[in-house]
Amino acid sequence: MMTLMVAGRAVRRGLFGGVSAGRVAAVVGRNVGALRSGPAYWLVLLSGFFEPLLYLLSIGVGVGALVGTVPVGGRPVEYAVFVAPAMLAVSAMSGALSETTFNVFFKFKYAKTYDAVLATPVRPVEIVLGELVWALVRCLFYTLLFLVVMVVLGLTSVGGAVAAFPAAALVGLAFGAAGMAISTFLRGWQDFDLLTTGQFTLFLFSGTFSPVHDYPVVFEVVVTLTPLYHGVELVRGLAVGPAGWTLVVHAAYLVVMAVAGLWVASRRIGKLLLV
Amino acid sequence: MAEEPLIFARGLVKRFGDFTAVDGIDVSVERGEAFGFLGPNGAGKSSTMRMISCVSPPTAGELRILGMDPVRDGVAIRGRLGVCPQLGNLDTDLSVFENLTTYARYFGLSRAEARRRAGELLEFVQLADRARGKVEPLSGGMKQRLTIARALVNDPEIVLLDEPTTGLDPQARHLLWERLYQLKRQGVTLVLTTHYMDEAEQLCDRLVVMDGGRIVAEGSPRELIGRYSTPEVVELRFAGGADVAVKLDGVGERVDSLPDRVLVYARDGDAVVAEVHRRGLAPLSVLVRRSTLEDVFLHLTGRTLVD
Repeated sequence: MMTLMVAGRAVRRGLFGGVSAGRVAAVVGRNVGALRSGPAYWLVLLSGFFEPLLYLLSIGVGVGALVGTVPVGGRPVEYAVFVAPAMLAVSAMSGALSETTFNVFFKFKYAKTYDAVLATPVRPVEIVLGELVWALVRCLFYTLLFLVVMVVLGLTSVGGAVAAFPAAALVGLAFGAAGMAISTFLRGWQDFDLLTTGQFTLFLFSGTFSPVHDYPVVFEVVVTLTPLYHGVELVRGLAVGPAGWTLVVHAAYLVVMAVAGLWVASRRIGKLLLV
Repeated sequence: MAEEPLIFARGLVKRFGDFTAVDGIDVSVERGEAFGFLGPNGAGKSSTMRMISCVSPPTAGELRILGMDPVRDGVAIRGRLGVCPQLGNLDTDLSVFENLTTYARYFGLSRAEARRRAGELLEFVQLADRARGKVEPLSGGMKQRLTIARALVNDPEIVLLDEPTTGLDPQARHLLWERLYQLKRQGVTLVLTTHYMDEAEQLCDRLVVMDGGRIVAEGSPRELIGRYSTPEVVELRFAGGADVAVKLDGVGERVDSLPDRVLVYARDGDAVVAEVHRRGLAPLSVLVRRSTLEDVFLHLTGRTLVD
């Protein structure tokens, strides 16, 4: 906890020194304007919500009927209850990622949106923060809808949903920042295939559909190093239980990922556009 | 006490790897001036403009904009500049009006102020009737005017225009020149790059000719023409071709043989035409005209300005 606070202070001074909230808000405002000006974006927004929901219904509820119960922290729970928090984390991940990969990449590489923005007082780190805030808004929109569905289906309590909400937001923040850093390395649209494959692999093997302890030990270790696993464990721990100190480790992992992503993305945008 | 120049560069260099785009230039632009960088593609104009816009750190040399250091005080300087880039980067996801209001917000203008400015500027560039429309269907000239409006949204002290009229039809160019002239009359300092001689002559009080990253000449359009050319130029076209130049030896002050025509520089063009006929030469066409910056450029760099 202490290290987190010290790291936080260093980050505020180093990475975010001189950041203007007004300029970050202006970057967010640009996206609000784009959202208002066409219906296409709303469709994209909706599709991102339905995908994890369909998985929840087909696998969580459908396959769940065959599976029965799964032990979570020594307590047997319905399979759908096990899968639902994972789908929530996935929904937060993909919501944030699609915003900071597809949209950011397009603006960065093709629309030259950021070239125009950087001719104003706005700095790279402010662009990155603005885009991240926007990605977070999208992610929270998904998360909220999904939590409502979970409560309605009896997959978590209202208390669990309230606790899981900020956790899902942290997942969105971490993946949003990482996604933006990745976007600055993508060479073209063909690289999105790699990204999609990576995302799908995380989606399948991050303790989403079966407990990681069921995997061979080498595999389990690999999984515990990947980010979505920590997202899933954190969200599940808060929505279903058991809450414990390990949740802090999961949260810390995601915080570090968010800061690293922000740092890399800001550096890269500055390095590539301010030449 | 004389005011510090708005833009001051000494020995300014920009290198990209092994390639030297700008090779040690000295420039100084005073408040209220219209200053031009003239030169062919690849002369280093755009690299210079990017350094002045504080979006490209100089490799070497000294550069001060509005009395500040562009690397350290970039945010403060950019807040007082208006940049109109060569490649259109208007936001196609936003309406014409929102392109301006959004941009205004980057400069910290309030929402109300941004809307007021956007309305005014769309009137100024004659796009008020397109305010609610999309950017994509606008013509090249309209997009360029919108980009200029966007560059003015923060009421800048210096407006930087990188080839503002390239690719525009004559009508669109003239409308744009007229608007830029109005800005100049309002006291805005204009810095522009161009490879059009007529544009430089129309708009610039003072200009530098760049070639290969260096400044090869500096002065007002009139001064440059006076220094590097003659008052008049006679353009002659012959059926035969190259060997004609020899027969023109001693006609006028200087003879330039181009692939398609011969240029004779002289104080009195009509006298040259008379002399050509006296020597028994029969050109296919004869054009006597006033000397332009094109001639200056040709003289300085030894080639025509064809990109």
